[in-house]
Amino acid sequence: MTQVQASRPTRKSHSAPAEERERFLSMYRQMVRIRLFEEQVNDLYKTARMPGLAHLYSGEEAVAVGVCATLRRDDYITSTHRGHGHCLAKGASIDRMFAELLGKAPGYCRGKGGSMHIADQDTGNLGANAIVGGSAGIATGAAFASKMRGQDRVAVCFFGDGALGQGLLYEVMNMASLWKLPVIYVCENNLYNEYTHYTETTAGALTERAKAFGIHTDAVDGQDVRAVYAAARQLVDRARGGDGPAFLLCDTYRFYGHHVGDIQRTYYRSKEEEEHWKTQRDPLILLGQWLSAEGIAGESDLEHLRDEARAEVEAGVRFALDAPFPELSEVDQHVYA
Amino acid sequence: MSTPSATLSQTGHTGAPTVRELTLAQAIREALAEELRRDPTVYIMGEDVAEAGTPFKVLSGLVEEFGPQRIIDSPISEAGITGLGVGAAMTGMRPVVDIMFGDFLGLIMDQLANQAAKVHYMSGGKLKVPLVVRTTLGATRRSAAQHSQSLHAWVSHIPGLKVALPSTPYDAKGLLKTAIRDDNPVVFFEDKMMYQLKGPVPEEEYTIPLGVADVKRAGTDITIVATSSMVQVALVAADNLERLGISAEVVDPRTMFPLDKETLIASAQKTSRAIVVDEGYERYGVTAELAAVIAEGAFYSLDAPVKRMGAMDVPVPFSPVLEDQTVPTPATVTELAKTLCGRA
Repeated sequence: MTQVQASRPTRKSHSAPAEERERFLSMYRQMVRIRLFEEQVNDLYKTARMPGLAHLYSGEEAVAVGVCATLRRDDYITSTHRGHGHCLAKGASIDRMFAELLGKAPGYCRGKGGSMHIADQDTGNLGANAIVGGSAGIATGAAFASKMRGQDRVAVCFFGDGALGQGLLYEVMNMASLWKLPVIYVCENNLYNEYTHYTETTAGALTERAKAFGIHTDAVDGQDVRAVYAAARQLVDRARGGDGPAFLLCDTYRFYGHHVGDIQRTYYRSKEEEEHWKTQRDPLILLGQWLSAEGIAGESDLEHLRDEARAEVEAGVRFALDAPFPELSEVDQHVYA
Repeated sequence: MSTPSATLSQTGHTGAPTVRELTLAQAIREALAEELRRDPTVYIMGEDVAEAGTPFKVLSGLVEEFGPQRIIDSPISEAGITGLGVGAAMTGMRPVVDIMFGDFLGLIMDQLANQAAKVHYMSGGKLKVPLVVRTTLGATRRSAAQHSQSLHAWVSHIPGLKVALPSTPYDAKGLLKTAIRDDNPVVFFEDKMMYQLKGPVPEEEYTIPLGVADVKRAGTDITIVATSSMVQVALVAADNLERLGISAEVVDPRTMFPLDKETLIASAQKTSRAIVVDEGYERYGVTAELAAVIAEGAFYSLDAPVKRMGAMDVPVPFSPVLEDQTVPTPATVTELAKTLCGRA
């Protein structure tokens, strides 16, 4: 197990610069949007209004939000099967996300992708990917193209601890390091490869794998959005400045199961463990406490943000439920460009 | 039958084209060089593609003109360079990825079949993957089971991919230029035994559209549909048959997808008999698809069942006496055609 670094020290006065106050309030807002979105997705599943399954990001919001807060709109990300949080944090709109999850025409992919394949080129999202580790090549290729074209866009490749078992990741990390590509590999270690604890599948220390390629490596508490932001800020800046790739390990936890249908989980993790993370390690509670302690936002301010997000989610899901399905004739459109 | 001048693109040239004899390797190199000059987003990545020019020397000289920034030697990481190609293609480049042997398709299949082929569709048409994967096929090089297969059926099966199999230097150059300009992933198979085959190639710019078959030899008694390495075999067989008084038409589809069904069907309707010859394994191979297209499309014109000839359904053996049995030859194609024409 790698060392989890403590949060970066932050100023203790109540006079945090306005920019910083707004930044962390904005991150709270974004994390709440993701949390409420995912709760709504779970509800859609339980009430049989959503086709298929979904892999919920609840509990891991600080990673996507902390990292994406350091990115420009034209920077690239690739995401995973557990990707709703990445897409929203990079700028996707809630209503079109819901529409895609329901297979509706106004969805980001006109209903052709679904939960695991949301892509949105307008926000630099090159797509969630349902092959574990499958987007490592795409993210690295986007970074390669950026460098080759003399642009300063960076690419962030989000993946989970399960992807550490995939060979493609090591092939492209090798090339990223050789050619100093502006790509940041963000490993979200939520402890479980599906239903198996990562220590049963993954030898050695996780960060050593990136270090072996000479890749700049950092590790943070993935529940502390300020820590994630501070670490990502540094890694993104150095990648943008031409100093090459980085690997960021974020220790985190998924509050729900592997997917929405994974209800009985005690055979692979205890209720006590889940309870500990939900009550002691919830990134929303942790940031809320800090915002209160710093005098940036009181409970009523945070409640107001939650109400706003709730209203947005409710409007979004209504939009999606009311939206039309794609025309049947679209089934063989977009096979070829 | 198309001639080089017949498909010259309109580039302002007038008068007769200047035609040279080039090898297949030279024609491919010329296509790549022209597209590299034409479009700064084109690059080549692969193992030993720069100074070495690949083990087949197809790319010799390119790094001298275009530099190591665009002719890029990679680690031996086929999946990785294909994945990089997919990502780079999605973000504005036109990568040409060099996969030395078609047998290595197994190493890149997720990136081809699950990523490159599906990105455009899964994104509802927003993202594109203008990627070319160049690779090889063909046995009888005494390279044994892992360097001799013709696996184009694997990728022809996947919606979202295009698949080209040139059989002449002229076709190779024109198809490759089109493949590089295409906004879809194209897998381009070169017969490694044909790299030294010579043929006429005009100096003037031309391209060949994907999805247009070419009648390599006109005939009236039997259609031989042949792909890539098997086109030359079919042409020799047609010469043999001519001496026996059988007029064989040789049709080269040139691309497995898009597939020019009309030309195949029209030829079989005309001749009333058809054989499909391909160097991939016969079992579940492209011969089955091509034969089905003809059987369905020309059924009422056929005087005999459509016959298939592919590689034997065995791993390609090393020993020359064994290996030579595994692929169709002019003699075996001639025999089958005679049988089909009632002349055995």
